[in-house]
Amino acid sequence: MMMQRIYGLTLRYIYLYRGSLPRMLEQLYWPVMDLLVWGFVTIYLRQFEGQLPNFLAYFLGGLVLWDILFRSQVGVSVAYLEEVWSRNLLNLFVSPLRPIELIAAAMTFSVARVAFTASVSVSIAWLAYDFNTFIMGTWLAAFVGALIVMGWGMGIVISALIMRFGQGAESLAWGLIFLIQPVAAVFYPVSVLPEPLQLVAWMIPASHVFEGMRQVLNGGPSPTEHLAWAFGLGAVYFAAGLTFFYAILREAKRAGRLLRVGE
Amino acid sequence: MTTAPDLSAPAVEARNLHKRFGDFVAVNDLSFTIGAGEVYGLLGANGAGKTTTISMLLDLVTPTSGQVRVLGHQYPKGRQEILSQVNFSSTYVSLPLRLTVWENMRVFAALYGVPNPKQRILELLERFEIVETLKKPVGDLSSGQKTRVYLAKALLNRPKVLFLDEPTASLDPDMADKTRQVIREIQKEYGTAVLITSHNMAEMESLCQRILFIARGKKLMEGTPKQIVDHYGRSNLEEVFIQVARDQGGAGA
Ligand SMILES: Nc1ncnc2c1ncn2[C@@H]1O[C@H](COP(=O)(O)OP(=O)(O)OP(=O)(O)O)[C@@H](O)[C@H]1O
Ligand SMILES: [Mg+2]
Repeated sequence: MMMQRIYGLTLRYIYLYRGSLPRMLEQLYWPVMDLLVWGFVTIYLRQFEGQLPNFLAYFLGGLVLWDILFRSQVGVSVAYLEEVWSRNLLNLFVSPLRPIELIAAAMTFSVARVAFTASVSVSIAWLAYDFNTFIMGTWLAAFVGALIVMGWGMGIVISALIMRFGQGAESLAWGLIFLIQPVAAVFYPVSVLPEPLQLVAWMIPASHVFEGMRQVLNGGPSPTEHLAWAFGLGAVYFAAGLTFFYAILREAKRAGRLLRVGE
Repeated sequence: MTTAPDLSAPAVEARNLHKRFGDFVAVNDLSFTIGAGEVYGLLGANGAGKTTTISMLLDLVTPTSGQVRVLGHQYPKGRQEILSQVNFSSTYVSLPLRLTVWENMRVFAALYGVPNPKQRILELLERFEIVETLKKPVGDLSSGQKTRVYLAKALLNRPKVLFLDEPTASLDPDMADKTRQVIREIQKEYGTAVLITSHNMAEMESLCQRILFIARGKKLMEGTPKQIVDHYGRSNLEEVFIQVARDQGGAGA
């Protein structure tokens, strides 16, 4: 029953995307644009490879993995936004679909989007810039998993904020995550940050993933400790995100916000 | 429809329902009971609190105080039991416009766990004479066709209680009449209790076994349409409504 409801809502996203060329194209647009711009930067930087060994791999690896985190978060938030835009939340909330099942469907949709964009960006990184993401080996799967979980958590929090503040807050879906990018150690190690920010950085699952990635690309020791932190923190934030979503939902029912979904 | 409603195992029970939004009292101490299979009307001016009341019965709005019981269950514990056996439709709550009629119905059939969804969907679309819209996006339909799709969605799970907030507001007289006919039929066929709001007084009179008349969130009177009309010494519900609205100085706000 539960699986059937999650399937039902997932089906809704398949129908929506299947019938919408702009939505499909958007999936291609960003990874291609990112890798075009950054790829040329990479080609340029290749001249200095002697001075900065592995920098190119760090940089492209960082780009590809950051995109996975970003897409995972956007996937969840956009699934929620699609219901806001189509004013469908009311129909969903009076159906037997549980809020957690709504979120599960959004997460499923998000994974599908990540799989699609990641295969595009991995292919471009490989074909155009000769960077094989898979040199990270099986660790790659773990890195991706940790980033997806973190993206889900953020996506859930952003959906809750949109529930609270209305459609006017929708830009959070594409913007909020950049607030943490400076401290997520995507393109440089945590050690370059001033000390107080380093503390913040170690609280972010993604920082551990990117540190772990550099460790692997460097041929260093196994990144198990980083991964444990990434998954541990990710799970904590995910649970906190869910709790936040439920609290906002409870408040929304008290304030009558579900009747006023939209602006 | 003169037989007294069966209130022994009621479909809906509301006891001392209050809803305040900030300082504003939207629903003020409403109590009522809807019998199994009864068609029950909620009547009142714009802003009287009808939609708010229905929303509390569907757990979309949490009451400030008071109790709701639907099919013997209470929110939040009984949410699944309730929501799988009831349904809701309103002219003013649309389905995703980009999805076709079929796609929308298919999605909601899955959400409600409807067996043999294809057969059920076609049966309902035939009943509402909209089979030909099957492959059209809901956004391309006329407003009357949309309303009928929303009604068809609301019948997917053969609900025991159906909440209809102005279900005929955009329908032409012929379609409104057919819709009332369908409401009567499904009430007979599966013993569905119906809570309906409408600003069409003749419709309320012909459809409802009992009516709860509210103003500013408060109960004015409850009874059969005839009892209400007689009580106010008028010849029909429309006259009663207008008289009450003027006495109240614009009953809602
Ligand atoms: N979320 C909310 N926040 C504040 N006030 C609200 C909210 N929802 C409803 N109200 C107020 O409560 C009152 C009752 O509204 P409601 O929608 O229940 O009326 P109604 O009887 O359905 O009217 P109509 O016939 O126009 O549909 C109105 O004055 C409305 O402004
Ligand atoms: Mg209303």
